[in-house]
Amino acid sequence: MEQFTQQVASGLANGAIYACVALALVMIYVSTDHINFAQGEMAMFSTYISWQLMSWGLSFWTAFIAAVAFSFVLGVIIERVILRPLHNAPVLSIIVVFIGLLAICNSMAGAIWSYLIKEFPSPFPKSSFGIAGVIGPHQLGVVMVTLIVLGLLFVFFRYTPLGLAMRAAAQNPQMARLVGVRVDWMLALGWGLAASVGAVAGIMVAHIVYLDPNMMGGILLYAFASALVGGISNPGGAVVGGFIVGVLENMVAFAGNQIEKVTGVYIIGNGEKLTVALIIVIFVLTVKPAGLFGRVVVKRV
Amino acid sequence: MAALLEVKGLKAFYGQTQSLYDIGFEIPNGGITTLLGANGAGKTTTLRAICNMVRTEGTIRFDGKDIAGQATEEIVRLRIAHVPDGRGTFTTLTVDENLRVAAYTRRDKAAVQADLERVFGYFPRLKERLQQQAGTLSGGEQQMLAIARALMLRPRLMLLDEPSFGLAPLIVVEIFRILRRINEDEKVSILLVEQNAALALDLATHAYLLETGRVVMSGPSAVIKDDENVRKSYLGY
Repeated sequence: MEQFTQQVASGLANGAIYACVALALVMIYVSTDHINFAQGEMAMFSTYISWQLMSWGLSFWTAFIAAVAFSFVLGVIIERVILRPLHNAPVLSIIVVFIGLLAICNSMAGAIWSYLIKEFPSPFPKSSFGIAGVIGPHQLGVVMVTLIVLGLLFVFFRYTPLGLAMRAAAQNPQMARLVGVRVDWMLALGWGLAASVGAVAGIMVAHIVYLDPNMMGGILLYAFASALVGGISNPGGAVVGGFIVGVLENMVAFAGNQIEKVTGVYIIGNGEKLTVALIIVIFVLTVKPAGLFGRVVVKRV
Repeated sequence: MAALLEVKGLKAFYGQTQSLYDIGFEIPNGGITTLLGANGAGKTTTLRAICNMVRTEGTIRFDGKDIAGQATEEIVRLRIAHVPDGRGTFTTLTVDENLRVAAYTRRDKAAVQADLERVFGYFPRLKERLQQQAGTLSGGEQQMLAIARALMLRPRLMLLDEPSFGLAPLIVVEIFRILRRINEDEKVSILLVEQNAALALDLATHAYLLETGRVVMSGPSAVIKDDENVRKSYLGY
């Protein structure tokens, strides 16, 4: 039983990370109809920035805030400089640019900080944090930080005029222009926010998966699965989807371990977690393409 | 009375296709002007051209300043409100949010609230539906919402693209009555594009008739209304 609750708890912690990255994907998807394949690598790069700042002597939280702010600026710049000229480009061109971005972030991080795996600290004190036998201090911290970030984003989009303008620009860009919204800047702002949320996820997960230029590869897949489960056009759904996928993958591995313990037959275990994510992607795409909370868009032909 | 909007030699293009040929017209300050014409005459394109939503050439002067070539959102910020065809409802936002987004650049919260109340004076039905998703409104209500949202911009000039489209006759009469009140009470000049020529000529003081991207006739509504060709082709009696 204790093992079970621990698995759920660590699933929630992972799920919080997936939720953040999934939300970053969805934020860009709803306003541009594109999936940013470089989202994970951008987050990884931000995580290295925070690591660098810490190794220069800054405290964890100072480095955290600085790296998140840096990511915001970087996201805005990428949108303004690289994607602005491609506004009317075919989908394939944009996909190639995303893959290029992915490769650039990855190799730049490798060139600057090397491909050696680094340890990454956790800011959550071992003694006073966590509940013994249920959830570890870092896991609890990750869930809390994520929930705070998601809460702030919710308040921003729901209750501020700027957030409202961003939603309007995403929903109907032409009409948004006709009420005076500077849609181009809203897009750039969306990129900045997505990069920031990704950075939060990267910095939170680095303690668990260790810091290296390929750390976000698998996580991006999980995030993609989460976004699909929740409905790719639904931010709230993406968050819920993140937690579902996080817990689900642990449960599958847990069940596999139990079966092995009882029968001695190995069917599925920790090694197959990523496979679970991919199965989820394929399953959702075939059975419920709109996701759990997505809207089915009917087009008249 | 000085012209609020002055258009000269206006051409518009969709890709390689030219759809306006040297259009010229003037909108007097405080007046209601209508553009009439059959499908494809270039009425909607003319409105889009004013807001730089299509590629254009020519001069467009608003309040004496040349606005041709400025970005759509900057033109709107000069207080030109465009109510597009299809109403442009933000379907996933609530009615309240649809109205507030038009005031998002404004920091004077009290004045925004006062404007909202004033708009509800014209469209009391919107007040009852404030928290409803705008996509669930009826066609007439969405048209009211579109006009109300345009009012939240505190416009000096309102461009209306077929406000009667797809609506029941009673609703159309109601909306046109409200447009007249808006013109009189708020001193908003109106440029109205309509298929329903009889209604439009009743509301407007001046009319321009478009055919295949050119102005073929213009004058006071009363004169246009009595023209034999207009009567036969557009009024149907």
